[in-house]
Amino acid sequence: MEKTDKNNPVEEMTKEKTQTLVEKTLELYPEKARKKREPHMSANDPDDAGCAIRSNRKTVPGVMSARGCAYAGAKGVVWGPIRDMVHVSHGPVGCGYYSWGTRRNLVEGTMGVDVFSGMQFTSDFQERDIVYGGDKNLEVLCREAKELFPLAKGISVLSECPVGLIGDDINAVAKQSSEELDMPVIPCNCEGFRGVSQSLGHHISNDTIRDYVIGTREFAEPIGEYDVAIIGDYNIGGDAWASKKVLEEIGLNVKAVWTGDGQIEHIAATHQVKLNLIHCYRSMNYMAKIMEEKYGVPHMEFNFFGPTKIAESLRAIAARFDEKIQKKAEEVIARHNVEMQKVIDEYRPRLEGKRVLIFVGGLRPRHTIGAYEDLGMKVVASGYEFAHTDDYDKTYPEMDKGTLIFDDASEIELEKWVEEFRPDLVASGVKEKYVFQKAGVPFRQMHSWDYSGPYHAYDGFPIFARDMDMAINSPTWKLVKSPF
Amino acid sequence: MSEAAVKKVTETTPEEVARIKDWINSEEYKEKNLARQHLVVNPAHACQPLGAQLVAHGFEGTLPFVHGSQGCASYYRSSLNRHFREPAPAVSDAMTEDGAVFGGQNNLHEGLENALALYHPKMMAVFTSCMPEVIGDDLNAFIQNARNEGIVPKDFPIPYANTPSFNGSHVQGYDAMLKAILQYLSEGKKVEGQDSGRLNLIPGFDTCTGNYREYARMLKAFGIPCTVLADISESFDSPLDGTYHPYPGGTPLAEAAEVLNAKATISLQALATKETVKWLSASTEAPVEVLKMPIGVNNTDALLMKVSELFGKEVPAELKAERGRAVDSMTDAHQYMHNKKFAIYGDPDWLIGMTSFLLEMGARPHHILCSRVHKKFSKEIQKVLDSSPYGADCNIWLNKDLWHLRSLVATDPVDALIGNTHGKTIARDLDIPLIRVGYPIMDRVNIHRYPIVGYQGTINLVTWIVNSLLDQVDATCEDRNFEMMR
Repeated sequence: MEKTDKNNPVEEMTKEKTQTLVEKTLELYPEKARKKREPHMSANDPDDAGCAIRSNRKTVPGVMSARGCAYAGAKGVVWGPIRDMVHVSHGPVGCGYYSWGTRRNLVEGTMGVDVFSGMQFTSDFQERDIVYGGDKNLEVLCREAKELFPLAKGISVLSECPVGLIGDDINAVAKQSSEELDMPVIPCNCEGFRGVSQSLGHHISNDTIRDYVIGTREFAEPIGEYDVAIIGDYNIGGDAWASKKVLEEIGLNVKAVWTGDGQIEHIAATHQVKLNLIHCYRSMNYMAKIMEEKYGVPHMEFNFFGPTKIAESLRAIAARFDEKIQKKAEEVIARHNVEMQKVIDEYRPRLEGKRVLIFVGGLRPRHTIGAYEDLGMKVVASGYEFAHTDDYDKTYPEMDKGTLIFDDASEIELEKWVEEFRPDLVASGVKEKYVFQKAGVPFRQMHSWDYSGPYHAYDGFPIFARDMDMAINSPTWKLVKSPF
Repeated sequence: MSEAAVKKVTETTPEEVARIKDWINSEEYKEKNLARQHLVVNPAHACQPLGAQLVAHGFEGTLPFVHGSQGCASYYRSSLNRHFREPAPAVSDAMTEDGAVFGGQNNLHEGLENALALYHPKMMAVFTSCMPEVIGDDLNAFIQNARNEGIVPKDFPIPYANTPSFNGSHVQGYDAMLKAILQYLSEGKKVEGQDSGRLNLIPGFDTCTGNYREYARMLKAFGIPCTVLADISESFDSPLDGTYHPYPGGTPLAEAAEVLNAKATISLQALATKETVKWLSASTEAPVEVLKMPIGVNNTDALLMKVSELFGKEVPAELKAERGRAVDSMTDAHQYMHNKKFAIYGDPDWLIGMTSFLLEMGARPHHILCSRVHKKFSKEIQKVLDSSPYGADCNIWLNKDLWHLRSLVATDPVDALIGNTHGKTIARDLDIPLIRVGYPIMDRVNIHRYPIVGYQGTINLVTWIVNSLLDQVDATCEDRNFEMMR
């Protein structure tokens, strides 16, 4: 768990070689597309901010991007995990259908009774809704939701493409329904054609939380000096439960989680906490900043992947509180490190020096690096689907010199890089998984934890280590080459 | 708002949860639930472009091309990835806000140029998601312009289909894309009086690669040359041998181009091929037959006899022996399924086949639920129910969803569910087995590799259904009734 020197390049990797690879990759493209893609990939130099990757730009048509849309960022990421609301995918049936239960946001409660995250609610637009508009039916739909799901504490209305194109006014319907039903009905104008990726959906959702949710509730019990909230943990495979547990071990009270296993009224009262702890910066930084500006709640980023980063984060978090918390944090770190060392002793010999290519969303391409390094693995390339400049600025120092950093990769680029780097593991999403497995390259889905998890905090790391070992060292890989 | 006006955070009490938990299983709740007008909860249907993409993957060297927002393509792809655990390469032209203003031609043109250069397809099958359908993009003109401007070669195949997500379901999208591809490829290829001696076989929206292999095997036994349209068997069940092939299979384009010169066509899903069949019937004098999906013995018999009749060949002895084995497996197992009630849900054509099979076993398809289908479908399925005493008092629920089904099963119980993964919450809540068949199955492995059609498929169904029921008995019976033999 010692700190790694980022100027110590991965064996055989140099800035020049990687830059040559970038050029070779770009040669695959027709001229116009080449110019567009060129600023999105570069060899890393941790000391040189000049490698400045361009990001958050329109996807080039026809390249096979992995990106989703604003609706995906709003429904799939921010709103969907809030357990006690009915989240209506407003528009045709597909968007909600394909995103139904696929983000693995686990929740406590009884499905269909007091929690609804695992269900799919839609207005299932038909031709007549396109012609006459869907507002009238939405009004009825909200009444039906309230009647059939009386314990729901609110409704979110998540617009799909047609809604914005036909000029429906879901905001007016939501306002009227909210008054009539005496519950929050929150309009979220997250049509998939807005913006360039999921990212705008996160932003729009944050804005709706700002406009309709935050400050509308207060906690029933008095606020204590150790009250915090976790912002940007979606409880994928139970991540938020693992994170919450550690924070409570060091003496903090987690009053709300945004939004994994989240409760809307707790989220509404989060302006009262003493500190916001932000994990997925990309999807939730907007509200963390707003709570700081408007309510004076400070926020800080943390990283709960792998024991090195967990310890660093716990110390930084504890430093915001008194000696009592700091002492407890040290005790917790010391106690868990005994267990973590056992995990490392078991897996590191099998994973030492293994090379990883990461391509995920807006957080993990930098946040998981430390966890791989704890296992002796080296990240040779890392890229985001929908990050912004500030994410890349935080990534350069985490990556070794001469490694590849990239943005919104197309499948052909990934194939090219995997062919060149021959990584021992590709850590990406379901659309990429089977492409690389067919090519004989071990793979873990790192959006969904490949149906495993949690990967966060001390509960998560042993599972992370086991899974990476299992992927790379599965005996099935030995069977790929036929003896005849 | 004053400080005092801010409400406190409330918690739902366990008593309230318990009360509602009981209530949602009640008759009263069922009535309210069935009275729903506009809220759809846990639907049993997806949207048109998914079906279109499935078809596109079924043709040689074909890259599915989504004209619309990029998120749509990511959704169809990942849905197929999860079901098959296979790659599903497809591109989109990533329309954004400016597309709403200027239309999607620029995106389409840039997309075609890039996709052709990067992924070297032999054909690009273009279909639409919501945005271009709402704004009224003219695909025909856009593609023609692309050819005229030299963005794509003049003769490069780019069939296209309008597949609005706000109309019908994946089943209609399948039909639209299949018709578009066949029309495109066969243009000018019909030779009057020619008979290639081949059979065109159209399985329909079928995401079981095992079924395609089973059809091929049965026709091989006949010795009849067959063109499966659209053949996804290799596309979604390719070998892992260390090399990734983006187009591992599909119906050869040259074969598909001869579709109008075939000896005969058989479609095995009436609703999923309605427009395609209409076009084929109008375009060729060769017989175009629409049969029931061959689930169960009777439907398989009908297929084999039709093939035999069309091609003047006896049903091969090996298939007759297989039939006997299927009947043997059914008879061995009948006591476990006889009079058992089932709830089945999914696509219309599949439901007809499954209903027929259950009746053959003396089982009761007690609730049959289908979303997004014309009400005429009720008559079709009633006809099947009326063919057997076990079909009496069965219930057909059209344009209903799985939250309706939950109420129906809670108040009027069944012994098992048959359908896709999405039914698993009903199975768990009401403690009944779910036999996974259909699309999507994303929580079990390899099911799509096992056929449910033909005699072999019948044996598979008997095996899965009966063993699930017996597992349930072993898991839930009282200790004193727990036995070695079942």
